[in-house]
Amino acid sequence: MEWASWSDFWHMGGYGFYVWGSYGVTAVCVAIEVLLLKRAAGDTRRRLKRMRQWEEQ
Amino acid sequence: MNLYTYASPANFYILAGKLIPWFAWGAGLFTAWGLYIAFFLAPTDFQQSEAYRIIFIHVPAAWMSMFIYLVMAFWGAIGLAFNTRLSFMMARALAPTGAIFTFIALWTGAWWGKPMWGAWWVWDARLTSELILLFLYVGIIALWAAIDDIKRGDRAGSLLTLIGAINVPIIYFSVKWWNTLHQGASVSLTKAPSMAATMLQGMLILAIAAWLYTIAVAMARVRRIILERERQSEWVKALLEKES
Amino acid sequence: MHRFLLAVLRRDLTLAARRRGDWLIAQFFFVMVASLFPLGVGPEPAMLARIGPGVLWVAATLASLLSLSRLFADDHRDGSLEHMVLSPEPTVLLVLGKSLAHWLIYGIPLLLIAPVLGIQFNLSWEAIRVLEISLLLGTPILSLLGGVGAALTLGLRGGGVLLTLLILPLYVPALIFGAGAVDGVMAGTGAEAHLSLLGAFLVLSLMIAPWIAAAALRVSLE
Repeated sequence: MEWASWSDFWHMGGYGFYVWGSYGVTAVCVAIEVLLLKRAAGDTRRRLKRMRQWEEQ
Repeated sequence: MNLYTYASPANFYILAGKLIPWFAWGAGLFTAWGLYIAFFLAPTDFQQSEAYRIIFIHVPAAWMSMFIYLVMAFWGAIGLAFNTRLSFMMARALAPTGAIFTFIALWTGAWWGKPMWGAWWVWDARLTSELILLFLYVGIIALWAAIDDIKRGDRAGSLLTLIGAINVPIIYFSVKWWNTLHQGASVSLTKAPSMAATMLQGMLILAIAAWLYTIAVAMARVRRIILERERQSEWVKALLEKES
Repeated sequence: MHRFLLAVLRRDLTLAARRRGDWLIAQFFFVMVASLFPLGVGPEPAMLARIGPGVLWVAATLASLLSLSRLFADDHRDGSLEHMVLSPEPTVLLVLGKSLAHWLIYGIPLLLIAPVLGIQFNLSWEAIRVLEISLLLGTPILSLLGGVGAALTLGLRGGGVLLTLLILPLYVPALIFGAGAVDGVMAGTGAEAHLSLLGAFLVLSLMIAPWIAAAALRVSLE
């Protein structure tokens, strides 16, 4: 175990800004990709269903 | 039943729907495991202190950015050679994720470089070729976005991916060559830390996580593309009927 | 077979001779981009000589891109391109002929202007000589790779900008070896290695680019 306490962990031996800046942006990128994908999938389904209803009328 | 069953979009749609949760959960588990190694098992580096923990995501992201490009080129070549619709869809589905990993590799490279090299950006051979790789991804995505016709877009994008794939090693070599000639201008580079076993292990596990994540995301994207393209077919109509 | 190549070449050269304004614009663009740099970075001769090779090479790539978007566009608009692609002659030769014509029309005048700009950038005669050789080897690469981009973006909205986005990354090796050759001779390390690599890249482009451009052309016309 490298860390004596949580504050030690966040501090990262003085490099906390850089380490968390890297990991944070990576997490944000992945989260955005997943969210956009989820939303796009929902949009596609809704649009296709609307088109179906419109065709049936 | 054979492998070709899944080459048809309808079957692949169903198969991918079943597989995505497995890959997504796998990606989550491997990420947790890899991060545990990166932050709790890997010892402090005596030269770089804790900043080297950035490497744990930087290196897998850089690997992924190049692998995904090659996989795209592979699917593009298959599509061009055998005229298989699904392979073009795969190539399209992979590109955004590849671009994101390239961006992550650049970003983390910069944030590692600042404390280690004293500069956010150095025209180091690897960073520079990664930047050009990002340009290639952006170009391919822009070309796909600009072509409305599906068939033309598929083929044009794959041709561009292919010529890029031939060019990438040459670009890498030329940038490396250029870099060694201009050493005088560059900052003194701290040598990469000698690879400790735990470090390699952590990186490999995070690379596996990145692969599982890429597969899950790409499959989800392929599913959407399939729905879009096959919307006139009976099975999509039946599928939507059942859902509503 | 080479008859067809010559016919394509002669046709494009004749058309270019009738529209002299077009290629003059590209050459003026080259001169202007290069002339903006001293205004931007200052007139010190030593610094200009230092950045000169790179600036001239970058300006040359941009000037070639400016003209490349029209490589197939005019023939596409009047429908003659479709006929040439559908003809029994191989499309590769058509692409090769058009790229070659593009190089003769835009690359050769560039070679003639470059020494003048080299003097403006305070380059030595030896450096200008190597610059000429590097441009002689490098500008055909720009025309060949650009042909792929022109074929891929044929008839698209905003095709010109898109072409730039697609092709500039592929120009990187030519830029590095070309400008590096001049740098090398100025630094006293010699230019042979750079020029050999540039030549190798030219041969590779010559072998691969026309095939991909021909395939892209067929895809775009379908």
